[in-house]
Amino acid sequence: MTDSSPHGSPAAPLPALRLVDVACRRGDRLLFSGLNETLGGGELLWLRGGNGRGKTSLLRLVAGLAAPEQGQVLWGDAPARRRPDFADQLVYIAHTNALKDDLTAAESLAFLARVHGRDASASAVRAALARLGLAGRERTPTRSLSQGLRRRVALARLALETAPTLWVLDEPFDALDVAGTATLHALLAAHRARGGSVLLTSHHLHLDAQAASAGFRVLDLDLLPRGAGVVA
Amino acid sequence: MNGAVFLAVYQRDLRLAWRRRTEALLPVAFFLVAASLFPLGVGPDPQVLRLIAPGVVWVCALLAAMLSMPPLYAADFADGSLEQLLLAPDAGLAVAAAKAAAHWTISGAPLVAAAPVLGLLLGLPAEELPVLFVSLLLGTPVLSLLGGVGAALTLGLRSAGMLIVLIVLPLAIPALIFGAGAAVAVDAGQSASPHLSLLGALLIACLVGAPPATAAALRIAVE
Repeated sequence: MTDSSPHGSPAAPLPALRLVDVACRRGDRLLFSGLNETLGGGELLWLRGGNGRGKTSLLRLVAGLAAPEQGQVLWGDAPARRRPDFADQLVYIAHTNALKDDLTAAESLAFLARVHGRDASASAVRAALARLGLAGRERTPTRSLSQGLRRRVALARLALETAPTLWVLDEPFDALDVAGTATLHALLAAHRARGGSVLLTSHHLHLDAQAASAGFRVLDLDLLPRGAGVVA
Repeated sequence: MNGAVFLAVYQRDLRLAWRRRTEALLPVAFFLVAASLFPLGVGPDPQVLRLIAPGVVWVCALLAAMLSMPPLYAADFADGSLEQLLLAPDAGLAVAAAKAAAHWTISGAPLVAAAPVLGLLLGLPAEELPVLFVSLLLGTPVLSLLGGVGAALTLGLRSAGMLIVLIVLPLAIPALIFGAGAAVAVDAGQSASPHLSLLGALLIACLVGAPPATAAALRIAVE
């Protein structure tokens, strides 16, 4: 582990995520272009837009799973994909839960924590699952968990986080009930309070009320130019 | 290479295989059934069987290894695990190497263990059995490594299973020639060591070359 690891040395302030003139293409369609945005520590950016406007594609660009058609994704002042510390400081939760049917909830979470260099001890995993309301289900195979409970196992990764990092969450509120939504809001608030930043997508209207009171910033992809539409 | 990722993936794959024990036994079952078809097909003449035994064992091992290849990355790809793995710092090589190692442990090692039994079944003389065993011990990791490249390249394609076989079989021909050739050389009263040395060289080349190629193919697949 390097010194830049968010776990260990007292964390330096989180670099800002900067999107500079980003355009994104999916197949032969230009989804959006000319996107400029900055996300600093302690901020939450709520990504909105209709179906097919490129919300997930933008999250994947930020996570470094895909390269932008044009423009740059900067972490601090260097391209995110080149910064060795970026992978350490990123938590990306996609709309797929990345759980294995044959593993238990605790094993699944411990595996993801281990791979990403987080605390994967049994006690930490148990506490994280309990935080998401999964106490007593640690040893249930994820196969026999409902969609909402599986989502909670995936989101329990957030409860393992102790450092200010960048969270990139694709529809985290999907399939969650009222209690799960409240827990997630609490996790988001705690994360922002310690200086972490969040980029999330959601089409849940309850965020509208939150947006004003909790200081969510909104980025609406519907308002961006689509560019030329179809690229030759 | 990220050692923590390598260990985590390797242990998880073994655990998953253990939870689905019967599935993990299918390649070795195929190996035994396919090889035991030959006496029925070419006739039970011991002389003929003894001559073709190394080739039969090797070809069947090759096919068994290929048949167990398609699910290697497909399940992780479908449930989003692969994306998560590749997002870990410096993880591409570790994932490719761990997957190949796990595949060999689960599918390759049982083939190596079963090969002497099959050799006996086909009437191979006792002094050729150790050579057959060693040639498969060196050769099956080559198949796992090459198969990993094929599995990564065909990720997300519909007829991935067939494509993997078509991509990997030509690449596996040298391993087949030297592997089966080792036992044949002993049969002809020569030393097996040139064949085994070449097989070892092949293994080293695959150890160095296959994981980076697999990692690159995986990155393209998730993009």
